Amino acid sequence: MSSSTEGEIVQFDNVGLRYGTDREVLSNVSFTLFLGGFYFLTGASGAGKTSLLKLLYLAQRPSRGAIRMFGADAITMPREHLPLLRRRIGVVFQEFRLVQHLSAFDNVALPLRVSGVAEREIAKPVADMLEWVGLADRMHALPAQLSGGEQQRVAIARAVIHRPEMLVADEPTGNVDPDMAVKLLRLFEALNRLGTTVVVATHDVHLLKRVPDSLIMRLDKGRLSDPTGALRYPPRVPRTRAELD
Amino acid sequence: MAFKLPSLPFGKSEAELIPQGRLSGPMLWVIAIMVALTVIAAAAGLAFSNTVRNASDALTGGVTVQIVNAQAGERDRQAQAALRALRTTPGVAEASLVSQHEIDRLIEPWLGAPAGGDAAIPVPALIDARMRDPVTGETLGALRRSLRTVAPSARVDAQSTWLEPVFGAIGTLRWLTLALVGVLGFALAAAVLLAVRNALGANRETIEIVHLLGGTDRQIARVFQRSIGFDAAGGGAIGLALGLVVVLLLGRQFGGLGAGLVSSGALGWSDWILLALVPVAGVALAMFTARQTVLRALKTML
Repeated sequence: MSSSTEGEIVQFDNVGLRYGTDREVLSNVSFTLFLGGFYFLTGASGAGKTSLLKLLYLAQRPSRGAIRMFGADAITMPREHLPLLRRRIGVVFQEFRLVQHLSAFDNVALPLRVSGVAEREIAKPVADMLEWVGLADRMHALPAQLSGGEQQRVAIARAVIHRPEMLVADEPTGNVDPDMAVKLLRLFEALNRLGTTVVVATHDVHLLKRVPDSLIMRLDKGRLSDPTGALRYPPRVPRTRAELD
Repeated sequence: MAFKLPSLPFGKSEAELIPQGRLSGPMLWVIAIMVALTVIAAAAGLAFSNTVRNASDALTGGVTVQIVNAQAGERDRQAQAALRALRTTPGVAEASLVSQHEIDRLIEPWLGAPAGGDAAIPVPALIDARMRDPVTGETLGALRRSLRTVAPSARVDAQSTWLEPVFGAIGTLRWLTLALVGVLGFALAAAVLLAVRNALGANRETIEIVHLLGGTDRQIARVFQRSIGFDAAGGGAIGLALGLVVVLLLGRQFGGLGAGLVSSGALGWSDWILLALVPVAGVALAMFTARQTVLRALKTML
């Protein structure tokens, strides 16, 4: 299960998604994400951003179309193989989804623990990460004892602690002050420079301008605006992890 | 009540994924009660088995010859003649005349102390014979024919015939206790299944998050399996202790009856080992049920 040789880590081809018998919330969505790319996903509320992200972090299977992730067919893949794919993805959920009975430390440590990282190798990176997001003194607090902004920072720390190959973030700066938003964006950029593909769903137009090399994916009523085909057939030369190193 | 799980290699993380108190609730006490009842039922079944086995071993080759004659002199003469004939009959391992003292002692509970002289109730003379092989109808027929001439008042019966209905009833009770053990095992599995389903529902959000972070079904199943396993171990120990106290008390009471049939059901060391294995089987059953329940439920999630 490796990335394709051309550096394509995600390929959506005419993907459609509907919940139950309702109309499609995503229609004919086609795009390609490259290793090391930085993508913003924008669109009005209800445009389908969260649904598209759910497909990206494998919380949902599409109703139709084809999805390849890290060189594997994500549609036909047996569900027992999904965890290995998911461990290559970091997710910042819109509603944080922290585990309520675990401390900030244990929440951040969760991806490492499910991946089987030894306990002695967990403490330092988790403490460092919490310090980086400004929560060193709150590491033993439960989510219910944290403010919305603090919970969001814990969620972000949890998403990036295991150096994922792809980071998917749903409105990651929605609950933090502008300074922290910039700081978190710098973290995403730093990860991106290290080779992580970053996909950020956001309403914040100011955020888009802060990452000049990013590509913008605009969703409108479940359809991806791609008038030039740039998202489906990106013109730029793909970056590989070897090149980035 | 639930135990705090110890830190295990690659275990602390898993053990803490689900809040343990919410997972098991009163499961420890449910398992304790199930195990106690199972121990008592199993002990009863083993005692019944021992009774049937020991008694049938003792009675399989036993034959009783009664000399039913009201004339004491004639009765004694025929008894001696029958005894001599039996001792020379092929297939008879041994034969002995039951002493008058022993007969008096046996009938005393029903007829009181024997009166002397003419007032004495005539009681048959008894010969206890033991055959080399199990007694069959053919054996009994041959014995009756051989005694007919020397002791016309002789009545020959297999000892097992007398107690056959009792053994039949005890055998039925033995199967009943085995069925009871099975039903208790089923009930234990059902209780675990319900508790795990309940816990799965209560922790669905956490399970989804763990899944999305790359957790596997087996990792999640291990959390439930361990929690139930620890509760089952604690409950099993309590249940075993409770069950053994009841078994010992009952054993002491039945032992006090001094009846041979009851005494023959006494538990041997292998029986006590089997009883000690009841909680072990309970733990294994509970953990297996928890694991299978979780794995089946998680298959419905992506």
